[in-house]
Amino acid sequence: MLEYLEAIFSVAVLASGIRLATPYLLAGLGETVGQRSGVLNLGVDGVMQLSAFFAYWTVLVHENLWLGIGVSVLVGLVMGIIYAIVTVFFEAQQGISGIGIFLFGLGFSDLMFQKNVGTPRFVKSLPDVRIPVLSDLPVLGEALFSHSVVIYGAFLLVPAVAWLLRKTTFGMNVRAVGENPQAADSLGVSAQRTRFIAILIGNVLAGLAGGALVLQLGVFQPNLTQGLGFIAVALVYFGAWRPSGVMVGALLYGLVAASVLQLKALQLIPRSYSDIAAMAPAVLTIAALVILAGRVKAPAALTRPFARH
Amino acid sequence: MATNTGEVMLEMRNITKRFPGVLANDSVNFDVRAGEVHTLLGENGAGKSTLMKVLFGLYQPEEGEILLNGTPTKITSPTHAINQRIGMIHQHFMLVPTLTVAENVALGLKSGRRPLTDLKAVARGIADISDEYGLAVDPNVDIWRLSVGERQRVEIIKALYRKAELLVLDEPTAVLTPQEVDELFAILRDMRNSGKGLVFISHKLHEVMALSDRITVLRNGKVTGATTPAESDRSKLASMMVGREVKLAPDKPLVEIGKPRLTISNLSVDGDRGAVAVDGVDLEIRAGEILGIAGVSGNGQRELAEAIAGLRSVKSGSTISIDGKDVAGMDTRDRRNAGLSYVPEERMRDGAIGDFTVAENLILVDHGSDEFSARGMFKFAEIETHCSQLVSDYAVKTPSLETPTSSLSGGNIQKIILARELANEPSVMIASQPTRGVDIGAAEYIHSRLVDARDRGMATMVISEDLDEVLGLADRIAVLCDGKVMDIVPVEGATKEQLGLLMAGVKS
Repeated sequence: MLEYLEAIFSVAVLASGIRLATPYLLAGLGETVGQRSGVLNLGVDGVMQLSAFFAYWTVLVHENLWLGIGVSVLVGLVMGIIYAIVTVFFEAQQGISGIGIFLFGLGFSDLMFQKNVGTPRFVKSLPDVRIPVLSDLPVLGEALFSHSVVIYGAFLLVPAVAWLLRKTTFGMNVRAVGENPQAADSLGVSAQRTRFIAILIGNVLAGLAGGALVLQLGVFQPNLTQGLGFIAVALVYFGAWRPSGVMVGALLYGLVAASVLQLKALQLIPRSYSDIAAMAPAVLTIAALVILAGRVKAPAALTRPFARH
Repeated sequence: MATNTGEVMLEMRNITKRFPGVLANDSVNFDVRAGEVHTLLGENGAGKSTLMKVLFGLYQPEEGEILLNGTPTKITSPTHAINQRIGMIHQHFMLVPTLTVAENVALGLKSGRRPLTDLKAVARGIADISDEYGLAVDPNVDIWRLSVGERQRVEIIKALYRKAELLVLDEPTAVLTPQEVDELFAILRDMRNSGKGLVFISHKLHEVMALSDRITVLRNGKVTGATTPAESDRSKLASMMVGREVKLAPDKPLVEIGKPRLTISNLSVDGDRGAVAVDGVDLEIRAGEILGIAGVSGNGQRELAEAIAGLRSVKSGSTISIDGKDVAGMDTRDRRNAGLSYVPEERMRDGAIGDFTVAENLILVDHGSDEFSARGMFKFAEIETHCSQLVSDYAVKTPSLETPTSSLSGGNIQKIILARELANEPSVMIASQPTRGVDIGAAEYIHSRLVDARDRGMATMVISEDLDEVLGLADRIAVLCDGKVMDIVPVEGATKEQLGLLMAGVKS
């Protein structure tokens, strides 16, 4: 028993948990902004797959990591514009439109990969940046302050998104439009424009999440995300539509996943059970969602298209 | 009454607005002077809200023009209307419940600290307005924590913060207690005396009489009369609205009160959020009797009705019996078989299915009975005979039995529900807000049918927030406050003031 605990509560697991949590965090933060404006985006996973592939391909060809990150953001932006036009201006049902985006992302990234790359080749991955002084702190320094810039950025986005929602006029408009778009509209706040921008923010962060994921691994394969984007959507509910809550969920998910990986690596889990162990994070999320169900209220206008009458 | 009315602030000339197949406004003339309350009176669908939507820039009229302070102005959007100092207090509050008072007021306005909000400055502005008009409210509280009366104050503050000079109030008293109505009227009179122009939209005649300086009556899109409270009275106003003589209170013949049909004792029910909503209620209704339930919305009326109807579970120790049979543990079907019928408060959610046809809604309870089906197949001929009879008995205005119910007016939908619920001669009826949002004509009809059924020996519970309705219909009145019965009084000698105090939880 002790060996299991030692394996789980180690600096290596903490560091890898933070790394694994990052794509969930980025995508979840973006989805938080979108949902607060009343728009559910089930296409997050598809956007991540597309942005992951294009970021990977860019780095494969140009060998420039930052160009790759830039491309992932751009892919998110383009997909965001498409999703926003469909759901905001054509008032399409959000659930099914998002699934359309997901299927497109899944299929198109696979197709592009097969046509242009074929067999997976490794590219360089995002370098760790050791933060002076802090990373030399005993025990936790290594785990917390020796990561890539994207990871630091993701965690800095947590207070930034909270600030955006709480303190800015735009954030107030987002919250108003997500609760009662008619009221916002009656005061001259355009529900359409506010949602459009919120969707773009959400998709840009989903794109970045895909880029971060693939450039941490250094390699792309079809269906790279394996549902990660859907988990990110679930984490928004888990986190009660608050950036800090989403961060807690993402970290929990990352740490459990890292622990399972560690136990597998140390062969503390028999091979035949490893698939079952890999389900642990998902089971945990479902359990948490069931326990939290009904405790907090979703934005009242979530998934309701807005139209003037 | 203010007589020192000033300049004409608003003049709407020959406004005509057409919708496919409907002439919603037909050359309507309407004007408002500074320092007056001008009431717009009319039934649902008379064209009041169309006219106000034209004023607020939500619709463009086909003909006619709007003059603001003498200048012809084309109002193109709500924002434009707000900039022209027109404010609108909507019947359904346009507030974001999860935002604070100050945030709701600030929405849509330029902040002095862009891109950040400047809620402190807004809070100061709110405090100034609060002081000037006696509109006390804390700017830093979330809207969902406020009472309905307070929310309405926020709506008024929102308009005044935007420097509105002309204020349109669309049925502002629909959700208020009598005391809150008095407070609101005091505030509105203050605003009038300070020179603002107010448009008051209502169909509650005694309020119209109490507040208005002038009254314009609309019917079927046309102005059918202009009068003042001094030259008119409630029944004159009602007949101007409906176009014929109207009985405001039904004739209630004296009938012999029979045996108890509905007996409720120690009934306790939880609300949606877990707190106790109905707290140890004892009630008895006898054959030939209408018990009115008065109370401010949200004091347990809905939970009481749903518990009796079987839609909400009761706490142990509660008993509900119909004609001596204990029904507390029964499902809704068995309760109906025991003689219960139910006209729910939310008629489109709980009372009828909007996409279903008139005929389908009319047989919704009995569609599985031998009368209307055999071996799982509908007997269409029988259904049609039965439904045509009900439609003509209840004067339901519908193009056909196959018309989707949601396309009918509220009054006609309510008649369909009532026809269905009364069809089996129930022994007990629970009628929740039976005429809310229903035309005077249809309300008069619904009242008379309820009284007829009472005369035939039905025990009826009428739950209503409209005290005039309760006083007109009931034989006895029970007042609910905080889930408890404050008192039960006979209708003879009951006054609104007395009921209002009980509704507010004050026991005499």
